Amino acid sequence: MLQLDQIYKVFYEGTPDEKIALNQLYLHMKPGDFVTVIGSNGAGKSTLMNIISGNIFPDYGTVKINGDDMTSMSEHKRARKIGRVFQNPLAGTAPTMTIEENLALAYNRTKPRSLQFGVTKKRREFFREQLEILHLGLENRLQAKVGLLSGGERQALSLLMATFTKPDILLLDEHTAALDPARADLITKLTKEIVEKFQLTTLMVTHNMQQALDLGNRLIMMDKGQIIFQANETEKPDLTVEKLLAEFQRIRGEALLSDRSLLA
Amino acid sequence: MFTALFGSVEVGVIYAIMALGVYLSFRILDFPDLTVDGSFVTGGATAAVLIISGVNPFLATIAALLAGFLAGCVTGILHTKGKINPLLSGILMMIALYSINLRIMDKPNVPLLAEETVITKITSWWQGLGFDNVIQSLFTSIGLSDYIPSTWGILIVMLIVAFAIKKMVDLFLKTEVGLSLRAVGDNDGMVRSFSANTDWLKVLGLGISNALVAFSGALVAQYNGFSDVGMGIGMIIIGLASVIIGEAVIGNASIVRATLAVLIGAILYRLIVTLALRADFLETGDMKLITAIIVIFALVVPKLIDKQKAGARKKKRAAQLDSANPNGGDQVAAARSDL
Repeated sequence: MLQLDQIYKVFYEGTPDEKIALNQLYLHMKPGDFVTVIGSNGAGKSTLMNIISGNIFPDYGTVKINGDDMTSMSEHKRARKIGRVFQNPLAGTAPTMTIEENLALAYNRTKPRSLQFGVTKKRREFFREQLEILHLGLENRLQAKVGLLSGGERQALSLLMATFTKPDILLLDEHTAALDPARADLITKLTKEIVEKFQLTTLMVTHNMQQALDLGNRLIMMDKGQIIFQANETEKPDLTVEKLLAEFQRIRGEALLSDRSLLA
Repeated sequence: MFTALFGSVEVGVIYAIMALGVYLSFRILDFPDLTVDGSFVTGGATAAVLIISGVNPFLATIAALLAGFLAGCVTGILHTKGKINPLLSGILMMIALYSINLRIMDKPNVPLLAEETVITKITSWWQGLGFDNVIQSLFTSIGLSDYIPSTWGILIVMLIVAFAIKKMVDLFLKTEVGLSLRAVGDNDGMVRSFSANTDWLKVLGLGISNALVAFSGALVAQYNGFSDVGMGIGMIIIGLASVIIGEAVIGNASIVRATLAVLIGAILYRLIVTLALRADFLETGDMKLITAIIVIFALVVPKLIDKQKAGARKKKRAAQLDSANPNGGDQVAAARSDL
């Protein structure tokens, strides 16, 4: 499904600030895989997401989706196959537009846009059905401007918008990190339901180790631009936070220093 | 007095089409596009030159619209493909258009007084219909015969044109392309993640915006009876003034309402300027200064009113807490310290 080979990316090359963000990274995902990614700040998780989405391009290596080489394809073309939810709840929706208009915009992800009306009677019915999945009552507020929703509601809407058109790959970039614990739990629960419902191939970055263990069938740990630890479908159920921390210490010979991961 | 106000409403409706263009770039795309100062003249120049060379004035006006579309697209390409900052790409295009407009006209001023224009055609067509007599007899019967304008045709036809364009803009902004255009001004990273090409959307949006501006320029040139290379100076501010005044009076809760606000704002702006110019100490040359002052007022006054209202609410709250808790407490102190 998703195939990353020998991905290499350097920032600020040739200056004293030179930083190798990703170093010869391999990652292969089968259809239906749900991989959670953990690692301290600066490990290269966000760079990895941006390279898959086409926001930045690798210096070396290939990105393939469904066997098609997408390495140098622009972000908006690639988006036909990729759904993405950002960390910032404000980033995934257009605040001055209504809920149904936002959904209409997302509905067009897989096809070219025309001069038809974006919201039709038939589509409104469809949007209402989809919004019911969230159990937030948003299906009764189709004409409300998204800017009036709370952060949690907006993030739930972003999640739905990224997924209801069934993308080949779903990217979740710390999408619960900016929410309070109760809202974060809600979004985590919804993520689980939606990914199962649509059987999406998902890559999720998180700083919350417990969340990384609760969700998905595979787990990878990144550090300094490389995957330093992997757990597959059979190994992952046995993992605990303590085991992960110990694993990191064993591999790197240092304690995992991330305030957020310690709090988790 | 009435004749002056009537004239300003007439002109206001024609400028309203320009203001709709400015609304598209300034509010929908969130792109302060200074190309407007140049593309307005491009419209007037294109129409004037074509009319003089014998082209049907309606076709000439459509050609002006296309010329404006092209100018807007170039600004869009400078910004998206050339990665030039929005303000600067507009300024560059405005300066470039000054020379281009001179080239189109071949001289700084092209008179149209002896030509057949859209305005003269509408007037003669309308007079053929005979409605003016009806309206005139109405006015005479209520004793206002001194104030009768020569014809109502231009005002009514231009109102219809302006409302038709407003309606088309409303409908366009609800289409799939229109929705993504609106989202570009709101959150363009999100639009890319839903597979829309934000670069071309911006180019398209600026093209449509400047097409409307040039269309309005072509009509203004025909209305005034000449096209002048300097007639676009400060046009962007007139457009902004219309948008801002309209929003202050009508609001912008929905697209339909916001575009209506722009139309009404453009007419109000003309009325305010006409009334201001009647003061003895002001001259025609002060018009740009008056425009600037109107815009500043329209921007500052609503905020002052909001602040005053918020202050009044706080005072009321403090008074309530005072009476509920006569000895005073932490809350009251906090509420008071906010005052």
